[in-house]
Amino acid sequence: MSWLTEYVRPRIRTLLGHRPDVPDNLWSQCPACQQMIFTKELERSQRVCEHCGHHMRGTALERLDWTFDEDSFTRIELPRAPADPLGFRDQKRYAERLREARAKTGLEDALVVAHGTIGGQRAVVAAMEFGFMGGSMGAAVGEGLVASARLAVLQRAPLVVFTASGGARMQEGAVSLMQMPRTTIAAMLLREARLPFVVVLTDPTTGGVTASFAMLGDIQIAEPGALIGFAGARVIEQTVHETLPEGFQRAEYLHAHGIVDMVVRRSEMRETLARLLGLLQPYDGEAAAENPGQPAKAPPEPASSPA
Amino acid sequence: MRQFLDFEKPIADLEAKIEELRQMLEPGSINITDEVAKLTEKADRQLRATYAKLTPWQKTQVARHEDRPKALDYIGALITEFSPLAGDRAFAEDAAIVGGLGRFEGRPVMVLGTEKGSETESRVRHNFGSAKPEGYRKARRLIELAGRFGLPVLTFVDTSGAFPGIDAEARGQAEAIARSIEACLAAPIPIVATIIGEGGSGGAIALATGDRVLMLEHAVYSVISPEGCASILWRDAGQAATAAEALRLTAADLKALHLIDTVVAEPLGGAHREPAEAMSAVGLAIAQALQPLLNLSPAMLRGQRREKFLAMGREGLV
Ligand SMILES: [Zn+2]
Repeated sequence: MSWLTEYVRPRIRTLLGHRPDVPDNLWSQCPACQQMIFTKELERSQRVCEHCGHHMRGTALERLDWTFDEDSFTRIELPRAPADPLGFRDQKRYAERLREARAKTGLEDALVVAHGTIGGQRAVVAAMEFGFMGGSMGAAVGEGLVASARLAVLQRAPLVVFTASGGARMQEGAVSLMQMPRTTIAAMLLREARLPFVVVLTDPTTGGVTASFAMLGDIQIAEPGALIGFAGARVIEQTVHETLPEGFQRAEYLHAHGIVDMVVRRSEMRETLARLLGLLQPYDGEAAAENPGQPAKAPPEPASSPA
Repeated sequence: MRQFLDFEKPIADLEAKIEELRQMLEPGSINITDEVAKLTEKADRQLRATYAKLTPWQKTQVARHEDRPKALDYIGALITEFSPLAGDRAFAEDAAIVGGLGRFEGRPVMVLGTEKGSETESRVRHNFGSAKPEGYRKARRLIELAGRFGLPVLTFVDTSGAFPGIDAEARGQAEAIARSIEACLAAPIPIVATIIGEGGSGGAIALATGDRVLMLEHAVYSVISPEGCASILWRDAGQAATAAEALRLTAADLKALHLIDTVVAEPLGGAHREPAEAMSAVGLAIAQALQPLLNLSPAMLRGQRREKFLAMGREGLV
């Protein structure tokens, strides 16, 4: 497993790299209720509107900040994937789109991976960046997810993935389609190692991403109001010639239809994850069978419990 | 009557003329027989020339040809004792995905296919080959059943994609597809998948995550239809031909990208001209693909299948 020596080692340079898109504006407007919010306040509230509770999109790097215990995490460098396997061009070259997305986000592609602690428990977190070509999944995202699963297995740690994606990256054609089985393998690696795989679906998560690893979590969480589905609303309307029901493909709709376990507000995400990871300890079935009544490993004290 | 595609117009004209002359043909009228022979040769040359350089968009049309053999045709031609199995055991039977037990060259196998139907009535019944969650859940059930009895799985893929509908979303279309892919990857038995017509995105890969993936010469396989891609990236569905080119969705492209294993040659003028010939070529290719897999242990099969897909998208391999 030569990849380990190559990219598990953190690169300080990339960690301190520029933070993308911090708005200069003093005020921001909520897209849901149109109220103005002091931008600094919005950052403090993890981009949740203080007036209506609307969850705005966050960046992948913000996700890491919001999820891990303070200053507990280290980003890993992800393996390289073939850039532009098809030599694709539409009205613009894919290579050019990639360059622009990299400049805009400061990321190599639409996924970041880090390891650290959540509520004092070790975890690997992979977060998708919707700002990078709509969070679309090509070979780099697929490779990154496989790497995150391998890192989790190596560290005997759970994997938490935050999804935000319009689906497969068209510019990689069938190569992007093959990321569906590849990322499914990532989920299977966790399962075989009896490690928890938690998926947090954020706005929006659609297409080939939902139809692969994003629906294979042991626990499926969604953020309030997040758009989650396989087919796009417009395509569905054109196909069935029906008006879509109220709240269709939203987190609450998925919850009502039994597709996600829970809808969790961003302000409660870290403590929810910490609690779930505390309950789902890595389990070695064989060892447990040999020592009945004894957990395979002593579960750690919940970090938040009073001394 | 034969259905001709737009770009086959010159061939259609020639064949119409030949037919016309044949109607007039009286026994012993040598002149006309001579003319028919000449025209037939010309039509043949034209057909050969046209099919030797089909564009990706033309191939897309051939892949969708109404008369092209469908999954059930292949099953009829290649599988004996076919015993259809139905339902996901939870909600419904989905006729867009056909499947069941049968024998391939005498050996018991599990067969699965996305079926588009061949005339109006059966197209509607099979929902034009676009499956709902219950279809993918049935596929998963049959793959797991095959695994329990050591039966190789043969799949025939021909779909424009999974069905985009309100009910499909409500019942977890994405999860159903993901679980079908997972079932393919976890299967302890050989899986040979053949893209016979359209390999439409997630709806196709759900049944095509195989140890060996074969593809007919004029079949197409892509992450999005050329029309869909054109309307998103060019904001004009009329640019489908350009998008088809850019997507590199032909069998030759996928082979060059190392995403499929084998291209199965089609009869001159496409599988729809000589269905029996096309289907027997596929049978031969499946037999060849299956043979080396039969002696592998479940662990070997799973391991090699996993490595095969993990390699797709690693630098240096594409
Ligand atoms: Zn608001």
